Amino acid sequence: MSDAIIEKDGHRLAPGEDIKYTTCYMCACRCGIKITMQDGKIRYIQGNPDHPTNQGVICAKGSSGIMKQFSPGRITKPLLRKQGAERGQADFEEISWERAMDILVARLKKIRSTDPKKLAFFTGRDQMQALTSYWAKQFGTPNFAAHGGFCSVNMATGMIYSIGGSSWEFGGVDYERSKYMFLLGVAEDHDSNPLKMGITKMRAHGGKLVVINPVRSGYGAVADEWMPVKPGTDGALIMGMIHVLMKNGLYDKEFLTSTTNAAYLIEMDKGGEREGLPYLLEERDMQQTQNTVWDLKSGSVQEAHQENIDPSLFGVYKGKDGKTLTTGFQLLYDRVMAEYSPQQVEKICGIPAERIETVALEAGTMARDEIITLPIEWTDVWGREHKTVTGKPVSVHAMRGLAAHSNGFQTIRSLSVFMMLLGIIDRPGGFRYKAPFPKPIPPCPKPINSPDMIKPNTPLPNPELGFPSNPDHLMVDGQGNPMRIDKAFSWEFPLTAHGMMQNVITNAHNKDPYAIDTLIIFMANMAWNSTMNTGGVMDMLTAKDDDGGYKIPFMVVSDAFFSEQVAYGDLILPDTTYLERHDVISLLDRPISDYDHPADAIRQPILEPKGECRPFQQTLIDLANALGLQGFCDDNGKPLFKTYHEFIVGWESAPGSGVGFLAGWRGKDGNKHMVGEPNPNQWEAYLKNKSFFEIELEESIQYNRNINQGYLNWAQSRKLIRLNDPIVMHFYSEVLQRFRLAAKGQREGRQPATEAQKQRILKYFDPVPFWYEPIERMQLDGKKYPFFAITQRPMPMYHSWDSQNAWLRQILGQNFLYMNGDKGQELGLNDMDWAWVESPTGKIRVQVKFSEAVQPDTVWTWNGIGKMSGAWNLDPEADEARKAFLLNHCITEEIADEFSGKQVSNSDPISGQAAWYDLRVKIYKADGTGSWPQFHTLKPLAHMEGRKKILRYEFMRRNGK
Amino acid sequence: MTQMALVIDINKCVGCHACATNCKSWNTGGQFGPLTDNNPYGKDPDGVWFNRVQTYEVGKFPNTEVVYFPKSCMHCKNPPCVEVCPTSASYKREEDGIVLVNYNDCIGCKYCSWACPYGCREYDDFEGVMKKCTLCVDRIYNENLPEDERKPACVLACPSNARAFGDIDDPKSKAAEWISEGMGYKVLPEAGTDPSNHYLPKRKVKVTIDKDMLAARKHTAVAMGHREAPESEVTSEDVAQP
Repeated sequence: MSDAIIEKDGHRLAPGEDIKYTTCYMCACRCGIKITMQDGKIRYIQGNPDHPTNQGVICAKGSSGIMKQFSPGRITKPLLRKQGAERGQADFEEISWERAMDILVARLKKIRSTDPKKLAFFTGRDQMQALTSYWAKQFGTPNFAAHGGFCSVNMATGMIYSIGGSSWEFGGVDYERSKYMFLLGVAEDHDSNPLKMGITKMRAHGGKLVVINPVRSGYGAVADEWMPVKPGTDGALIMGMIHVLMKNGLYDKEFLTSTTNAAYLIEMDKGGEREGLPYLLEERDMQQTQNTVWDLKSGSVQEAHQENIDPSLFGVYKGKDGKTLTTGFQLLYDRVMAEYSPQQVEKICGIPAERIETVALEAGTMARDEIITLPIEWTDVWGREHKTVTGKPVSVHAMRGLAAHSNGFQTIRSLSVFMMLLGIIDRPGGFRYKAPFPKPIPPCPKPINSPDMIKPNTPLPNPELGFPSNPDHLMVDGQGNPMRIDKAFSWEFPLTAHGMMQNVITNAHNKDPYAIDTLIIFMANMAWNSTMNTGGVMDMLTAKDDDGGYKIPFMVVSDAFFSEQVAYGDLILPDTTYLERHDVISLLDRPISDYDHPADAIRQPILEPKGECRPFQQTLIDLANALGLQGFCDDNGKPLFKTYHEFIVGWESAPGSGVGFLAGWRGKDGNKHMVGEPNPNQWEAYLKNKSFFEIELEESIQYNRNINQGYLNWAQSRKLIRLNDPIVMHFYSEVLQRFRLAAKGQREGRQPATEAQKQRILKYFDPVPFWYEPIERMQLDGKKYPFFAITQRPMPMYHSWDSQNAWLRQILGQNFLYMNGDKGQELGLNDMDWAWVESPTGKIRVQVKFSEAVQPDTVWTWNGIGKMSGAWNLDPEADEARKAFLLNHCITEEIADEFSGKQVSNSDPISGQAAWYDLRVKIYKADGTGSWPQFHTLKPLAHMEGRKKILRYEFMRRNGK
Repeated sequence: MTQMALVIDINKCVGCHACATNCKSWNTGGQFGPLTDNNPYGKDPDGVWFNRVQTYEVGKFPNTEVVYFPKSCMHCKNPPCVEVCPTSASYKREEDGIVLVNYNDCIGCKYCSWACPYGCREYDDFEGVMKKCTLCVDRIYNENLPEDERKPACVLACPSNARAFGDIDDPKSKAAEWISEGMGYKVLPEAGTDPSNHYLPKRKVKVTIDKDMLAARKHTAVAMGHREAPESEVTSEDVAQP
């Protein structure tokens, strides 16, 4: 061969071969991937060895990315529901993009110029909320959210409102140094590769993994100890462990008094606007904090965080003005001593008291005795210089198993407090923040809070989502009614930082709080596995008013595949796959930062979009330009960016802010990071660096970042945070207490409009963590419905859209209901029998598989395996359609509010997190076989490729055979 | 002798199937591909996989263990599949002990799959030939790949670092080190196949609490200002409950 050998990153490229780097999107973990191309086709996908997230490894989904391109369920043309055809029948006419955009632009123009909130725009696991939320804000509708509300918002809010960061994108375990790790409510999911790599690392140096989960699977398989907790009782278990720590003095006083508000004095006297709020010093002229502590040295009230004082964690005191004062620590101490001994907790969670005590003592003594000291000098916000950074080798990671309950917020508050007691936050060996966190508690952005902020043809002045710190930030009108279609930030669900996507269809159908005109759904399957009460929701999507029009008048769906949701759309916009488009994984959204490296990444188009597929991001840019949205267009309505690619590189958060979607290689010459004017060659710089950017924090600003002056200054100057004030963790939640004061009528400003709202706030907004029975369970007869029923996603499919993936569906094409064998036999069931599973609101037929790896009062299954017959262009008789099932049919999306009796969302009363795992069911032997319910069969769309009988994905054999 | 093989650490495997699908991704386009899939979008999809992960439960609740068992050709030192092959299509390479199938000579009689006690032969219906794990023989010596990527795709992919690859007869190799330091064992030794792939058993970490040290700390805690709130004093309930 005369061709010169081309070398690239250690590869000697054959003719037609190339190596490209991009970011995976087979799930939400955003690993770097290295793709071998051959003649323009993907030959092989592997992990990018240089990428901070996955360091060369890759999971089952990522490895199956090729097959995404071969799905016969690919939609490649814009579609319009045929005149006279019913929704759900997937009877579409193919239309041009031009016509699709004309229809949509005309509709949106009318909405925007009359009543912008009539557009509801909800997105699934989109990883581009920086763009989608901005688009909605500039459009002027408050009705935007992504999938967080039905995923894990309790994890986000419970921790962000407590420690200023959260699992998993915004913090995680220091696996390198941890030697004792609690893994709660996570068996096979978030976050995929980093967690697998980390667990191996942690255990390789002798670390112990304690898995707290009703099911032993996935990570549980390698647990050194499995604690099969009953679903929804983790909070009680954690409070029990807190009891053990407090009783034995196994808490870190230095940590609690320097970085949390555990020792702050709180006013105890009943009545008045300061009840339950910090006792502040008034005379002193202090810029930042006036919080106080009881100084044991002088026996007096002193300003907190001074040198040479000894703040008391305990005690009830009198201030000079006669006020009764105590500490958050004392309040929690009293509570756990009275109500949460291991013996008391055992009765709730099912874990023997002795084991609860042992595990807590193991963690507590290890945290006390095995101090990690790093020779790193740093300065705290109070000006004190430290010669070393210290930490403890104990850590915690938790996710949806804790989050997806109606008591999840308080459970995760208790977990956060458990971490504070151990002193393991942003210190070596424990939980570490990831940039852009830590942020103030709560973070600065507040949602719009008044109906007059929504104006025709006008962007919203504030975001649609944010972090309320008091009731005045709620999104309610003068009468206290919700302003959002999903009722997020209402009195019923005040701290709904991710919105409540799970309520949109029900509320829009009920025209409660108002009717909408158009619902845009992107990359979410709200007509199937991402909704509760699936059958009911399908009915709502087709329900009509007396005039014959649909109750939800116009449904726009953007998806790359023929999902069940697509069948229920009126206008379908064919999206691309992750291999066919530009994307950012931005610090303004959910970046790829690790503990010591703020980082972000891009996704580059590896392949041409299939057919007429168009990246949804580009569609948003096109729509914005056609509508003349500010921020996308200049003052005369002239578009600033033609393509999403141009937008990524050119857009700034505000004119001249220097902050854009990507943090690397900013500035005209590409030599500025984090902040700098747009660089026209920024994208190319990312490509050169294998599609990601990272910057290392100096050693002195890697730890204790919430009170590390150097870090806070750095983060402020890099515009990650607005203020460089100390971020003192909320051991005691002042924010929750402010809501309570409003409910008690002791606070200026907004107060709940109804007695029921007051009672709800008073019960749940407890500033001191507590455990309560999940709400739905309180309302039903446990004897009648004796089993807890939960789901999880399997590792090969977690957070993926790939039930139609030719390889992954061979691994798992049918889900079973796993249950304890003895319990099954008591019910007259045999292994692999078909059984009815019934809740108060739904009924399904499932195949049962006996398992000893599940808490005996619990049954579980894989979620999202069951498909509607014909959906995703699978064979109508495929196992996914005929044997697999959705538990969703049994889960109600609304329950009676315990105080008003009115229907409210089946969600956490603080955060609005969908309470998927509160379900209880009864089980009995079924006549007949096959999954039930069954719906009509979707016919393949005319333009879709046929289903191959044989798939042989191959390349030229280089060495011949 | 040289005997290339895999060592799989059951103590690390979380059953994610990355090894299985990354194997499929490399090998379907590789020298021994394609890995045909029958009915990929139909009822009972059934394809060729060089590597599959099996799941077992062991024991009775609550003393249940879950074991993930990734399984591929063991590259036996005494391979029955080679012995029974009527056309010598199945053969064991002298230079590195890898067992391969020469597709040109394979007549698809399936004797080998009956002979293999591990069920690690994969018949490709479409081609009428038997296929199986090659230890990524088209990667491990492939000088077109970066040196540190010249290993089987399953090893490269595994996020739990549960797989080692190398010459188990060379005590200096990583594979041999894992076997000797991790109590590596062979599966079904009684079958007499002398499998080359090894597995490492589960191990548990136990933590011991020093009870005396606990008492000491309690004492310190009191000195640091720990005290029980007397009955008469205000307690959390006055503030925390409505």
